[in-house]
Amino acid sequence: MASHPDSPPRAIRFTLDGETIDASPGESILQAAQRYGREIPHLCYQEGLRADGNCRACVVEIEGERTLSPACCRFPADGMVVDSAGERPRRAQKMVLELLRTDMPESQSSRDNELDHWSASLGLPKPRFPARRPPAADHSHPAITVRLEACIQCTRCLRACREIQVNQVIGNAGRGAKTRIVFDLDDPLGESSCVACGECVQACPTGALVSTRGQEEEAERQVDSVCPYCGVGCQLTYHLRDNRILFVTGRDGPANNSRLCVKGRYGFDYVHHRQRLKTPLIRRKDAPKRAALEPDPADPFRDFRPASWEEALGLAADGLRRIRNQQGPSALAGFGSAKGSNEEAYLFQKLIRTGFGCNNVDHCTRLCHASSVVALLEMIGSAAVSNQVADVHAAEVIMVIGSNTTENHPVAATFLKNAVNEGKTLIVMDPRRTQIANHATHFLQFRPDTDVALLNAIMQAVIELNLVDRDFIANRTTGYPELERHLQPFTPEAMSAVCGVDAATIREVARLYAASPASIIFWGMGVSQHVHGTDNARALISLALMTGQIGRPGTGLHPLRGQNNVQGASDVGLIPMVLPDYQPVDDPKARSRFEALWGQKLDPVPGLTVVEIMHAVTDGHIQGMYIMGENPAMSDPDLNHTRKALASLDHLVVQDIFMTETAYYADVILPASAFPEKTGSFTNTDRRVQLGRKALDPPGEARQDLDIIQQLARRMGLDWHYRQASDVFAEMRQTMPSIRGITWERLEQTGSVTYPCHNPGDPGQSILFTEAFPTPSGRAKFTPSPFINADELPDDDYPWVLITGRQLEHWHTGAMTRRSRVLDHIEPLPVAMLHPDELARIGIRPGEPVRIGSRRGEVTAYARADPGLQRGQVFLPFCYREAAANLLTNAALDPAAKIPEFKFCAVMVEPGALDLG
Amino acid sequence: MPHQDQAAVRNQRIGPKGRSACPEALSEIRQLLGDAARRPDLLIEHLHRIQDRHGYLAAAQLVALAEEMGLSPAEVYEVASFYHHFHLLKDDQDPPPELTLRVCDSISCSLAGAESLIANLKSALGEGVRLQRVPCVGRCDQAPVTVVGNNPIGPATATGVQAQIRNRAVAPVLPEYPDYDAYRAAGGYQLLRRIQQQRIQTDDPGATAAEQVIQTLEESGLRGLGGAGFATARKWRILRSQPSPRLMAVNIDEGEPGTFKDRHFLEQDPHRFLEGVLIAASVVGIAEVYIYLRDEYAGIRAMLEQELTALRTDPPCPLPPVHLRRGAGSYVCGEESAMIESIEGKRGMPRLRPPYVAELGLFGRPTLVHNMETLYWIRDLVEWGPCWFKDQGRHGRQGLRAFSVSGRIRLPGVHLAPAGITLRELVEEFCGGMLEGHQLYGYLPGGASGGILPASLADVPLDFDTLQPYGCFLGSAAIIVLSQQDSAREAALNAMRFFARESCGRCTPCRVGTVKAVQLMEQPNWNRALMEELSEVMADASICGLGQAAPNPMRCVLSYFPQEVGHGIPS
Repeated sequence: MASHPDSPPRAIRFTLDGETIDASPGESILQAAQRYGREIPHLCYQEGLRADGNCRACVVEIEGERTLSPACCRFPADGMVVDSAGERPRRAQKMVLELLRTDMPESQSSRDNELDHWSASLGLPKPRFPARRPPAADHSHPAITVRLEACIQCTRCLRACREIQVNQVIGNAGRGAKTRIVFDLDDPLGESSCVACGECVQACPTGALVSTRGQEEEAERQVDSVCPYCGVGCQLTYHLRDNRILFVTGRDGPANNSRLCVKGRYGFDYVHHRQRLKTPLIRRKDAPKRAALEPDPADPFRDFRPASWEEALGLAADGLRRIRNQQGPSALAGFGSAKGSNEEAYLFQKLIRTGFGCNNVDHCTRLCHASSVVALLEMIGSAAVSNQVADVHAAEVIMVIGSNTTENHPVAATFLKNAVNEGKTLIVMDPRRTQIANHATHFLQFRPDTDVALLNAIMQAVIELNLVDRDFIANRTTGYPELERHLQPFTPEAMSAVCGVDAATIREVARLYAASPASIIFWGMGVSQHVHGTDNARALISLALMTGQIGRPGTGLHPLRGQNNVQGASDVGLIPMVLPDYQPVDDPKARSRFEALWGQKLDPVPGLTVVEIMHAVTDGHIQGMYIMGENPAMSDPDLNHTRKALASLDHLVVQDIFMTETAYYADVILPASAFPEKTGSFTNTDRRVQLGRKALDPPGEARQDLDIIQQLARRMGLDWHYRQASDVFAEMRQTMPSIRGITWERLEQTGSVTYPCHNPGDPGQSILFTEAFPTPSGRAKFTPSPFINADELPDDDYPWVLITGRQLEHWHTGAMTRRSRVLDHIEPLPVAMLHPDELARIGIRPGEPVRIGSRRGEVTAYARADPGLQRGQVFLPFCYREAAANLLTNAALDPAAKIPEFKFCAVMVEPGALDLG
Repeated sequence: MPHQDQAAVRNQRIGPKGRSACPEALSEIRQLLGDAARRPDLLIEHLHRIQDRHGYLAAAQLVALAEEMGLSPAEVYEVASFYHHFHLLKDDQDPPPELTLRVCDSISCSLAGAESLIANLKSALGEGVRLQRVPCVGRCDQAPVTVVGNNPIGPATATGVQAQIRNRAVAPVLPEYPDYDAYRAAGGYQLLRRIQQQRIQTDDPGATAAEQVIQTLEESGLRGLGGAGFATARKWRILRSQPSPRLMAVNIDEGEPGTFKDRHFLEQDPHRFLEGVLIAASVVGIAEVYIYLRDEYAGIRAMLEQELTALRTDPPCPLPPVHLRRGAGSYVCGEESAMIESIEGKRGMPRLRPPYVAELGLFGRPTLVHNMETLYWIRDLVEWGPCWFKDQGRHGRQGLRAFSVSGRIRLPGVHLAPAGITLRELVEEFCGGMLEGHQLYGYLPGGASGGILPASLADVPLDFDTLQPYGCFLGSAAIIVLSQQDSAREAALNAMRFFARESCGRCTPCRVGTVKAVQLMEQPNWNRALMEELSEVMADASICGLGQAAPNPMRCVLSYFPQEVGHGIPS
């Protein structure tokens, strides 16, 4: 009898092909056989997908049964006698493969066809049956080719689409021989509701669904890395040949279970774009800076001349040094990037703090979750998420507010949708109805700007329903009586008139959230990007605290982080008021620790934030800037003002991979490395520190960012000698207790470690605040939120509300994604979304240009009908240079977090006349 | 290559990805659905409402229905495209003619001249009518059969059908039958009341009423009459041991070509069946009953709706909810788990077993599934005692069987005959002998799936289990009699084409196997070795009975009629 080292404790003992083997409960015959290294052919079965048992390639003979059974769907029982390779099962397995092969095309579209693999391994001859007439191919989609002639109806794609990603695009239509895979109503893929996540391609065993590009050549090598886009932190594998990425596949990371979205799977080719910066550039003497952004598409480098690295770095450092020495350190500022690694962000802020000598360092966290961070630090002493996305499986109620999850965190959204399919309650609250609302059990489409009214009413309803957690409040919090007093006037009835959600629904949601054994809250920038963003977040935190829905599995607070490393960049101190690990710069003890380590005195005054820095530039206080990987000329509010400020800078050094809008205002442009061209650690929204590995060499003379920062630092007088990312990480560990247990070697081995992780053996804490909050008292503090309006309300001249945000296919300001073939093909032009009835009212047909103006600027985009918008609302993505949404937005700031009000300003809308073509 | 921006403009979307529900279609769907629940299990019912109104399902309607029901368009489309009775209209397609004329081309109707009828009708049909070939509509005793709209005509002639079309006689004609009042006046539902009130008298007065009913069924030897023949009493006992709530699903998807007994009994006495349903529900402890009726039986649907309303309006005793669900043209939905899927509003694709439906059936609940006829006999068995039933039978077999007999005999119809009767006895004693000029050549003992036997095996007792040694089974006891004018090969090919069209498409041996078998069978000389290999694997590895039994007629031709397919006469 064979005994297997991995045999589970409560084994089920059965006989497979004459050998007694052990299966664990829940393990199929096929899985048990695989664990013992026995090969049973299978096609419709794929690990991770629900077994369907339709292809019948894995049929086995079970003693005493009349017919054969699929090994993938049958579970061993004690004493069961199974024959997988005898004459009878083998004949059936072979016949199944032969029947399927009969109808396969001659030419293969995939390099690893599982049907061919099994046919070869069973030694199948040429099929003996007449073939069918092959169905036509569908080339309508830019990323995925559909070749149903190679389809074996195994429905792996359907299960991947419907059950894994829960996109529900693929159907199994017709019947009998006419059974076929369809998209929506048997539509061409390119015209269907497909979001091109590519999960179906990854699942297809025969190349019937195949990536259009990247299949022509065989990959030479694979590099495991993570996705460069959003904060979900999907792990992926680059498939490479000759310093080129051929294609990308999802890897089984803890945050993505092999899933990817369209950006992660098809948005990699920006790295090979012809517009990559390949040589340092210096502004020509005869090309003075102008505030208006007037690039010449025929000659994007019109105002610049190529230079050597030596000259460019010298010039860059000279200008910064000169300003520092003449005007003082506070005349300088730096914007780092949440797209760079932890090591880059760490060195960048260290350079500003020690080389520039001030704390004027910030990054786009200011524009996304600054208000969430302020509220979290203030109330519970920690800005990171309390529970990870994967924890939705432990939750009973999931609340999502102000998040277009399916577009902005697509893979995280799949886990939410999975949870709904498991029977969980999903409450979605958003002024805009987006895809995630289609999966919600409850959808509350409240009026824009009334988050606090709605959330306070929910809390008041919790009180009225007597569902507050008295023990939690008594043992874990302070300040509850003030909150309760504050909430009294916020009755569901009174607030219903304000937020537009009926009182009964408010009560129902309050009851569901408060009474469930575990409720978790996710929020996005719909919450944070308001002048009352901090109050919005405070209300959410209060709701979790008053109901005790924090500190346990399936509960807690999860602000969904935007950029791939916005969590990490903030953690390592790329923000003006704190040093690494959120140690305040104005705390002498914290400061002295860093002064000891870094060997010099530090500025005790917190620095300015993103928008404040631009104001200081306008005022003439700041004259020199170093901007790495950020694009304020697109991402800041009130762009006309920002661009004027950038143009007025005495000295601007921009480090980037493309000629961004910001780079147009530069004096020196340093060509940097794209994500796959460097190694570094990145921290996702879940506090998972993951490793991005170098897969390619940078093009031309472009250099690694760590190297560029270090070269500048040396020229600013710092004696730095970091050889590689791991050297920087080692230093970070010394300054940051939260990651002290994470070694570089551990990252290399496991690819992902959750912090806090204090000791090398520590698994990392996936759930925070189980015992206490990291505040001086160990208790959380309630902070009541008053209800205030947006800074700029609609009026007769500007009667519409403008909401800005992102689209699935485009990342941030579009620098990467608009240079990706597939992504650009799917969303090529600026669009503005309005309710179809509103379009009809103002006389614009969908697809026609629409002009949108605010007190600060105007843009023209193509109108798109979107019934998810409320009447009186316009949604504009901010990634399109030719219709930059931030020309319109209001730079009014949340007083606590200094985050601008991207989600609300007053605009006018009328038919546009411009030909945008 | 066009300029990039031009290409981009062409690609510009004007709304969300995919199709959006248009307001007009949405308001029409809302009006059609009224206050009906939007639960996904009602999808097929809702599709019927649209199809009934328009005669087709347009893309805009499907998208609107999907939105209204909270489903994706793909989920609606895949269900709609599974069932023959839904006519899907693509964006650029014209609506079908207003009237559909269905002509059955299954075996019995073929024997009776369906092909020449189709040819005659095709040349004579005018505007506004389309002809569809359909499989068995359950009226093989009236072959050849056509259905004008919902009005079945048989035996049909081209002129007769045209007259009905001219008169727009498209409504089903309801049979004469004892209605609710008549049934109750004759003592109906008394037994149900007595069982509910624990007042029945049998040999074992100490037992509960439920136990007494089950004992009676046990002694009678009643087995499931849908074809599988599972012992009824045993099924009830298994279900009673399952956790509540338990559900019941009644199978009236009588689609096996040659079978029409369920229709026969329903038209005769619908309440005898309904009382059987309610007795079963009462004894087994059923929370809700679902009756699944094939869409072809439009007349019976109207009758059952009427009688169920009468029953609910003036119930003889407390009743569980009884839902009448409508099939949509799919043979495989007669398979119990496919029927359950269909009741759940899905494609009628059989499930893998285990788990068995008795444990995990409709809506994930333990489910008692019965063929209609099984329930029809319950009242008689309890009232008249098990011996009345058990003591019938011939050649060592026990009980009565309702044979649906069609083909080359004088008296086609449902004949209640002793189990174990031979084909020769059945034809002579019950069917008035062979038709003039026809001599017995062979017969299909169990519809399209039960195989084909030669005249030399006409003395084998017909019952459950007696035909297995010959590679056949009795199934639903649908006997089609062939004469020397007929070809077993043609009958087998007709059957295999039927299976290929009716396969749900889920598993490879059936989906691909039936199509390849048809191609092989179309050859004048059959490839015996390959066919036998294919047959064995279809029987061994298909998910459900459809694929497992599909090779039976082909195998029987090879065994008993080899001379028809280029092989020697068997020794």
